[in-house]
Amino acid sequence: MASETPRKAGAATAVAEETAIRPFRIDVPEEALNDLRRRIAATRWPERETVADDSQGVRLATIQELARSWLNYDWRTCETKLNALPQFMTEIDGLDIHFIHVRSRHDNALPLIITHGWPGSIIEQLKIIDPLTNPTAHGAEASDAFDLVIPSIPGHGFSAKPTSTGWDPLRTARAWIELMRRLGYTRYVAQGGDWGAAITQRMGVEAPPGLLGIHTNMPGTVPDDLWEAVQAGAPTPPGLSAEERRAYQELHDFFADHLAYAVEMSKRPQTLYGIADSPVGLAAWMLDHDPKSYELIARAFAGNPGGLSRDDVLDNVTLYWLTNTGISSARLYWENKFGFFNVQGVKIPVGVSIFPDELYEAPRSWAERAYPKLIHYNRLPVGGHFAAWEQPQIFSEELRAAFRSLRNGRQAR
Amino acid sequence: MSPSTAGIATETAIRPFRVDVPEEQLVELRRRIDATRWPDRETVTDQSQGVQLARLLGLARYWSLGYDWRKVEAKLNALPQFVTEIDRLQLHFIHVRSRQPNALPVVITHGWPGSVLELIKTIGPLTDPGAFGGRAEDAFDVVMPSLPGYGFSAHPSESGWGPERIGSAWDVLMKRLGYTRYVAQGGDYGAVVTHAMGRQAPAGLLGIHVNLPAAVPLEVLPAVGGGPAPTGLSEKERAALDQVITAAMRDTAYSLMMGTKPQTIGYSLNDSPVGLAAWMLGHPGFNRWAYGSDPGQPTTDEVLDDITLYWLTSSPTSAARSYWENHGRSPLVAAAQMTVDISIPTAVSAFPGELYVAPESWARRAYPKLIYFHEAERGGHFAALEEPEIFSQELRAAFTSLR
Repeated sequence: MASETPRKAGAATAVAEETAIRPFRIDVPEEALNDLRRRIAATRWPERETVADDSQGVRLATIQELARSWLNYDWRTCETKLNALPQFMTEIDGLDIHFIHVRSRHDNALPLIITHGWPGSIIEQLKIIDPLTNPTAHGAEASDAFDLVIPSIPGHGFSAKPTSTGWDPLRTARAWIELMRRLGYTRYVAQGGDWGAAITQRMGVEAPPGLLGIHTNMPGTVPDDLWEAVQAGAPTPPGLSAEERRAYQELHDFFADHLAYAVEMSKRPQTLYGIADSPVGLAAWMLDHDPKSYELIARAFAGNPGGLSRDDVLDNVTLYWLTNTGISSARLYWENKFGFFNVQGVKIPVGVSIFPDELYEAPRSWAERAYPKLIHYNRLPVGGHFAAWEQPQIFSEELRAAFRSLRNGRQAR
Repeated sequence: MSPSTAGIATETAIRPFRVDVPEEQLVELRRRIDATRWPDRETVTDQSQGVQLARLLGLARYWSLGYDWRKVEAKLNALPQFVTEIDRLQLHFIHVRSRQPNALPVVITHGWPGSVLELIKTIGPLTDPGAFGGRAEDAFDVVMPSLPGYGFSAHPSESGWGPERIGSAWDVLMKRLGYTRYVAQGGDYGAVVTHAMGRQAPAGLLGIHVNLPAAVPLEVLPAVGGGPAPTGLSEKERAALDQVITAAMRDTAYSLMMGTKPQTIGYSLNDSPVGLAAWMLGHPGFNRWAYGSDPGQPTTDEVLDDITLYWLTSSPTSAARSYWENHGRSPLVAAAQMTVDISIPTAVSAFPGELYVAPESWARRAYPKLIYFHEAERGGHFAALEEPEIFSQELRAAFTSLR
């Protein structure tokens, strides 16, 4: 994929520069951290919600507890953790792309590119890096090892912010294909949930030579007629199995009561100036993604953590704050024209893991119809929308199992 | 102003009210505007991603360096303002009696992102029509309350302050002021409250007037959802339908957000003045606002007066909750506003720049007792602010037959 940056075209050295892969380290100025703490401490709070539940959104007690923790939070711990990983920057399609790249010490490790979502970041994937690249230390076989590539989506984290339109999931998918090519990987697999699922499925539809298969924990399986119905808010149609009814109902309820943030970001992302200016406003905006992940995060700040800790949440929110990516990340919703949960037309091998607290639990029947080469389908007992982040061990086991049949040419494409 | 204040239990007392914002709050506001952390510029050259960075930067600069809250504060304090407790909530209102005997009392309700400030330019023309080219006998006594959770009214601390409860409170207010025969008026959320009053039809409420009519009929809703439009629409109906479709496609995100998660969006709006300004300017009523460069529109000061009032009263979140309390009922759709249950006389003014220009045919079907329908020559969503004299003329004409 040739760069479209005209100013550099022509000179050979400049071309080399464009495709160069540069080491990257994070070093946030102390001043930015002081400013953040100052702003958190100066938050002007609204009064408490007028209900005794989550029905008006993020509760005051939860966000105030988050703010208290944030004042005592240490970004440098997260920064050190990130800088202990091999991070790089490379320009693709005119945009600087940041990524983590960890090679396994095992021969024949399978290269895997994993894409985060919103309101996530590479922080979501940190806990699975060692289990996937170093499986023998985690009760798995050397033959299950992966080389990992974990990029930041354009407009997210340390990747550059697009200054013109067009960076939708398809363009990002094409950039990832170029990234893997540039890293010298000729046979690899891809994985993602949330936006990562949209981008990974686009890669699957593009089906470049060398992409052996994909895995997703937020699959697009809803048949076209049901997709129309559920978006229109129609009641559950007749003729569905119990599993299908449940999936339909989950999406129906999500669309009815919890979609507003996505509508706002897809229609008017720029209007959200407040999340660029107010750390607490940004945190609240990011906490309210879906009811089950909100509940999980609220538990962490109520002193009863499940799969996510306070620091997990604060690492991620602080990354958004420090990179000022609240609005640039929201623009991906504006750019997107693909459905999130409907059939995407992926014809290459697909593995699917169904976590119970995901926005919907895709039934096997739908997954089989959506993906003609379904190589893995498994329902897990625990885990939700941020599966890699919440349940890293289960998630890693899922990826090993999902991709096992694609290793060493065991399954020809 | 109550007939006899002495001896009446304190909760029904009507107390004079003056606005006096501590200087410290104004300093703090300027400090926050100056300290705004801005996002990068939108990636388009139009408003399709929302409020544009360059325009907002310019507005913020003026807000900090040039704008003077004390001017509007003086303007408000020159008006008779009061507070009184109704249904355990302290409510703020402006109350101006006409010098004309037999003036018709009217309660006028503002909307979101508005306030009593969008209404005050109509006070002269309504209370003293003779001075504004009208007839003395068309005079009104005006009552302009601040909605619960807005401006200088208290913020409800419990749920339930939906349009019905507000409508009932307005009737209590009018009766407490000694008005036994009165009319009610509203646009935007004010229309939603006024519709509720129309349905409640309390004794003494002679009729209502709205400038955001709920006239959209059920049979065109499939077309709004992307389906086919019904056949046989007139040219005006087709044009109105197209406007409703555009608004539904493009301009409903803010109301969906406030209607389902007011608290979530409220944290940023209450903490960031620029965030609040952008959110308010995101209302489609401002789609054509040229940030003060068009003399036919609200001035920059008028718009900043309104935004600053929200900021100083810390009411972005409580105001957003009024959408949550409305339970997603569209203000435009007749069935959602249950207009069939409005048995009292109803008057409608359709302003050409409103979100949609309601056709008379739809208004006649929506309102069982339509006594007045008129397309105003100029004005938009904030009609009372944009065209106070035309707006006042509409009210005079609308209510003539009820005097």
